[in-house]
Amino acid sequence: MVITNKKSYIKQTTDYNTKLQKKLWYKGSKAQRLEHIVHGIFLLLGLITVGCVLLITIYLFISGIPAILKIGIVDFLFGKEWASTAAEPKYGILPFILTSIYGTAGAVAIGVPVGFMTSVYLSKYASPKVKSAMQSAVGLLAGIPSVVYGLVGMLVLVPGIRKIFNVPDGAGLLAAIIVLAIMILPSIIKMSVTALDAVPKEYEHASLALGATPTETYFRVSVPAAKSGIAAAVVLGVGRAIGEAMAVMMVAGNVPNMPDSLFQSVRFLTTAVSSEMAYSNGLQRQALFSIALVLFLFIMLINAALNFFLKGEGSKSN
Amino acid sequence: MNSIISVKDMCLWYGDHQALKNLNVEIPEKSITALIGPSGCGKSTFLKTLNRMNDLIPGVRITGDIRYKGADIFDKEVDVSNLRKEIGMVFQNPNPFPMSIYNNVAYGPRTHGITNKVQLDEIVERALRDAAIWDEVKDRLKKNALGISGGQQQRLCIARALAVQPTVLLMDEPTSALDPISTSRIEELILELKEKYTIVIVTHNMQQAVRVSDYTAFFLLGELVEFGRTEDIFSQPMDKRTEDYITGRFG
Ligand SMILES: Nc1ncnc2c1ncn2[C@@H]1O[C@H](COP(=O)(O)OP(=O)(O)O)[C@@H](O)[C@H]1O
Ligand SMILES: [Mg+2]
Repeated sequence: MVITNKKSYIKQTTDYNTKLQKKLWYKGSKAQRLEHIVHGIFLLLGLITVGCVLLITIYLFISGIPAILKIGIVDFLFGKEWASTAAEPKYGILPFILTSIYGTAGAVAIGVPVGFMTSVYLSKYASPKVKSAMQSAVGLLAGIPSVVYGLVGMLVLVPGIRKIFNVPDGAGLLAAIIVLAIMILPSIIKMSVTALDAVPKEYEHASLALGATPTETYFRVSVPAAKSGIAAAVVLGVGRAIGEAMAVMMVAGNVPNMPDSLFQSVRFLTTAVSSEMAYSNGLQRQALFSIALVLFLFIMLINAALNFFLKGEGSKSN
Repeated sequence: MNSIISVKDMCLWYGDHQALKNLNVEIPEKSITALIGPSGCGKSTFLKTLNRMNDLIPGVRITGDIRYKGADIFDKEVDVSNLRKEIGMVFQNPNPFPMSIYNNVAYGPRTHGITNKVQLDEIVERALRDAAIWDEVKDRLKKNALGISGGQQQRLCIARALAVQPTVLLMDEPTSALDPISTSRIEELILELKEKYTIVIVTHNMQQAVRVSDYTAFFLLGELVEFGRTEDIFSQPMDKRTEDYITGRFG
């Protein structure tokens, strides 16, 4: 285009701009409306999740609180005896709370070191081939249904414990701890490997260039740099362990004893609810809801911890 | 001049791609050698060969001979960690560890077995002073190193490298990510370090090479075209290609 007259050129372009604007803002409103509709649909779908969480929370509180009030919060939380079907029923859930805490702590004590070392190996030492093969195995481990863990535990672990430790019954706290430790491995490994893989190579190179060996580099630079991700992995494992029901029901003996020894038959918070729900009624049934509420509060606590660690990760990179 | 590193007939391949061709050079002791040349000519590759950081790249193959103080650096008996302790490195982009300033500098000495707090404090202070950053950070040694400016981070990285008391310091375009003021501070620093260390510096900037270096090596397409005293290279280059490059005809 040859510009013969500067003024008319400016006028032309302004005309063109207003036309373009009109087209975008008025004629284009059809596209915009569609955009709004799509936006609305997605929002609605998102709200379904939020709604479910809210509904469950409210329901648990409404149905869980009455029994706690009737039994008395101290008697309920710290009562050492659970005898819901006795002539004079006792509703103390301390055995379940302690069992869940000990069981989870034990699983973490075994699962975290194993999972952590495996992650360091996979992320830093393993050749690409070995890494991908082992990661598929870990993925598979994550996909095995918990009833299968329970079954194998029942058929292999429980008799094994009975023989090795020479106890009358192998089903108990120890068996549950071992099964849980294996079940939390995949979440710990996957998340820790992701965190370790994300450590910038520059850090490692700097360390190697200072004369540090690869192993020194991984443990003194890479692991500290990935620590919030690894902490989050541990918390995720804790969450999995405390929420597991089916597998522990099958290997823990499922008797509401205080967890005084590793070989004691015990019942977890999760299995306390599921074992009696089918035939419960009255206060017993209400108490089961209260147990579910306590479990829910534990999980909320763990989630808060998880968010805390993941946020730590995010703010660090800024 | 006394040479501290001598390179003979060195070739390097990344897989099938030959990145360095038949290099022969003697790096003079306690002086500054600049490596110049257009991007991709192999300057970084050559630098990383000297402290064997290339070992980390799969598929690298090296032939020829490199001797550090007379000893073959590729000998099976050589402990790579010790070699890298002797021949330190500063990278193009400042890469302090995500930990405190103090711990960054103390990292190397700790790795090499120094645990005594008093001794570590001394080493850290001396390294930070030598790297001309002590006054700026002495009141916040416990603060995270990622919180200081890019120019300060690079001087911190130099301090970190000095803290292991190397003999040679390799620097790969240490100022290319920095502003002019930080750049001139680091150039001054490099000139001061010449007293105690042998420095090999890659630079994109020919003025920088003239300002800081005693010797200059000009690389082109994986070949070492010319090596000599910096004033000679820049005033009367022997090779036509060197002349073309320094007069800005290409690159
Ligand atoms: N890790 C690598 N793998 C394969 N080729 C590489 C790698 N690093 C560098 N190269 C190649 O080697 C040549 C020299 O690169 P480099 O040493 O980085 O050059 P310079 O530092 O002079 O810009 C280039 O052709 C580059 O593409
Ligand atoms: Mg380079």
